[in-house]
Amino acid sequence: MIKDITIGQFFPGESPIHRMDPRMKLILTVAYIVMLFIANNAASLLVGVIFLLIVYPVSGISGKMVLRSVKPILPIIAITAVLNMFFIDGEVLFQLWKIRITDKGVITAVMMCARIVCLIAGTSLMTYTTSPIALTDAIERLFSPLKKIKLPVHEVAMMMTIALRFIPTLIEETDKIMSAQKARGADIESGNLVQRIRALVPILIPLFVSAFRRAEELALAMECRCYHGGEGRTRMRQLHLGKLDVVAACVTAVCLAAAILANVHIQVFVLR
Amino acid sequence: MAESILRTENLTYKYSTGTVFEKAAIQDINLEIEKGQFLGIIGHTGSGKSTLIQHFNGLLKPSSGKVYVDGEDMWANPKAIRKFRFKVGLVFQYPEYQLFEETVYKDVAFGPGNMGLSEGEVRERVHHALKLVGLPESIQEKSPFELSGGQKRRVAIAGVLAMEPEVLILDEPTAGLDPHGRDMILDLIRDYHAQRKNTVLLVSHSMEDIAKYAPKVLVMSKAGIFAYDDVKNIFDRASELERLGLSVPQVTKICRKLSELGYPVPPDIYTVEQARDCLLDLLGKGAAR
Amino acid sequence: MEAIITCQDISFSYARPELREPPVPVFHNLDFTVERGGFVAILGHNGSGKSTLAKHFNAILLPEGGTVYVNGIDTREEDRLLDIRSHVGMVFQNPDNQIVATVVEEDVAFALENMGVPPEEIRKRVEEALDAVNMMEYRSHAPHQLSGGQKQRVAIAGVIAMRPDCIVLDEPTAMLDPRGRQEVMRTLKGLGKYYGITVVLITHFMDEAAKADRVVVMDDGKIILDDAPGEVFSHVERLKSVGLDVPQATELAHELRLAGFDIPGNIITEAQCVEALQGLLDQSNAGKDRE
Repeated sequence: MIKDITIGQFFPGESPIHRMDPRMKLILTVAYIVMLFIANNAASLLVGVIFLLIVYPVSGISGKMVLRSVKPILPIIAITAVLNMFFIDGEVLFQLWKIRITDKGVITAVMMCARIVCLIAGTSLMTYTTSPIALTDAIERLFSPLKKIKLPVHEVAMMMTIALRFIPTLIEETDKIMSAQKARGADIESGNLVQRIRALVPILIPLFVSAFRRAEELALAMECRCYHGGEGRTRMRQLHLGKLDVVAACVTAVCLAAAILANVHIQVFVLR
Repeated sequence: MAESILRTENLTYKYSTGTVFEKAAIQDINLEIEKGQFLGIIGHTGSGKSTLIQHFNGLLKPSSGKVYVDGEDMWANPKAIRKFRFKVGLVFQYPEYQLFEETVYKDVAFGPGNMGLSEGEVRERVHHALKLVGLPESIQEKSPFELSGGQKRRVAIAGVLAMEPEVLILDEPTAGLDPHGRDMILDLIRDYHAQRKNTVLLVSHSMEDIAKYAPKVLVMSKAGIFAYDDVKNIFDRASELERLGLSVPQVTKICRKLSELGYPVPPDIYTVEQARDCLLDLLGKGAAR
Repeated sequence: MEAIITCQDISFSYARPELREPPVPVFHNLDFTVERGGFVAILGHNGSGKSTLAKHFNAILLPEGGTVYVNGIDTREEDRLLDIRSHVGMVFQNPDNQIVATVVEEDVAFALENMGVPPEEIRKRVEEALDAVNMMEYRSHAPHQLSGGQKQRVAIAGVIAMRPDCIVLDEPTAMLDPRGRQEVMRTLKGLGKYYGITVVLITHFMDEAAKADRVVVMDDGKIILDDAPGEVFSHVERLKSVGLDVPQATELAHELRLAGFDIPGNIITEAQCVEALQGLLDQSNAGKDRE
């Protein structure tokens, strides 16, 4: 059913990756992205692939999930591949009329695709193993120094939490309102574009009205529970950097170092 | 037996089909509802009653089995499903949350408008529907969002009545109302049924209300029909109903207790009036005053 | 007895600037007290002013005239606001619209986090509160996976984690099915008994009010009845005239009294009704048929 949709694609588990401090996961994910972008040859990219081959089995998330996360961006990968294959100069391998495929083009295409797949697989691993609330928490804490320059870090995090909380509720509500209007003969499925957009009015207006009502009631309920902004707030969930996080940081650091060394010393199939 | 208006044949509806979460919301329902019946439907959350009623106007498509409205197979031509929505009007829980127009008039006219009726006909139906729910004409040009909770609910019900459906289904029309608001809504449904002789299906959690208004009751439990009978016979099985987690009216409990204690009180009493008459009868026979 | 909430001579009206109409008075010179301990039910039809009154109990609304004291603190004292709200917690009708977090235990912790309670203490109190509403096994569930009754119990836990003196509930069962209503009522009865929390319950359900120690009936901004449930419900005609109802046991007894039988007026439960009827039947011939 529609309300079963999970947001952020979190798969609860007890693996070491699940148990890591979300802040560390966030930082290491950023480090991994950096590593992928500085990798300029096949050897350093291979380090990126090896990294995934280590962490995925540890997380207990199946390789199939990588395919699932890559699926939506297949068109982007395809376009990247085509662009690189046809428009990079080099030794011509194959030519048909004006279309030429060069050796460098093929190598670049393969490596660019590998980089994108690694990027998606790496960031997905974080969302697969971290609950949205832990992620929000980590973002709030990592960015909390920015409060000093008057950035509303707590408020943004609170908004994210409330949004996550109410997405399933509002999806369910949309479902209900749609049924109710269909029962009054509203025709949502047919007609041209203009008709379809007009058919949304009976659904959107009640949905907005209800969202405002909910917001008002929620604000009241929060006030009753002593909410007064982020000042002086404590948190039940304490984040601790543990051994696991140190190990993970070391593994990532080693990979990063290996990638840099490979960039400098092993220059096979160098990307321009 | 009178002609049936709604009939189901091995009606089954499953959700999350093809996944490990596959579950039947209703299973093998065979039901026949007579024309002009006032039927009460009861069952706790998850018993399948909401799923069942959404099949009667084609909002849900059966996973298997058939639904007939007035003898016509509903899904014979899926493209024509909308016509059944006008034949079987469904008032959802908290229907006031579906109001969207600028004025009460326009909102009530939404359903009849979708039926493609002429402007004059729509006007007539809106007036009539608002009268049925006991709202004054002066309310027509007001915004539905300015009205009180009880008035909003009546406007929403009028929006379905204005389609003049042959079958009217109401899913807990009194939820969240105070006793006065509750009685007003239930009385207007009873009057509507008495006037129109149309079929009415009333879903309620309140045994008291079902007992007071519906001569026939359908009890749903665990995706199936637990009982479908005249109200009197239903309350004969009060202890079974309690085991299902349904509350029976307080007077029924009192009379059953007296009957268990050996007094000649019939155990199948379900309204205060019945209990009073029966007790007066018993007491009158004896030494009282 | 010691008073937790004291409303002295309070008046309030709702302003309606957007309609350019004069303010609607809700109540005028009202006195009301909630004593420590016990279970108070407030009845009244929609618009009788009961919700507005309840919102004065924890400084959501401030009276225009008169004073409200919570544990002796005037609710107008702005710097004591958090103090007042942690003494008197509030639960509302729609369980969906008062749960803030995406995980049950995080939500129960919300008030404590706002109050700046240290983390270990929060954890302890959250567990206590979840235990009190019997929701421990759902601690890591998402709110949308729960039934209405369960959500409402989470909301109650979120309030009792503050360890308030009093919890005010504004029609907490109106949107629930009978099973959810039962769960919530059982929880509320336990709060007074095991945790010494005073409960103020606003409701439309007479059977819930019948379970209270004290029933207050409001109509048109005035308190028209305020007594033990048996006494209040004995005014059957009066209650009906203000759009309310009585339990069926009370109504049956009332009908028999009208017919001239000697049956007490303060019957509210099935057991009381059965006992009284037994007495009547035994006096008459009907009882003699009994084996």
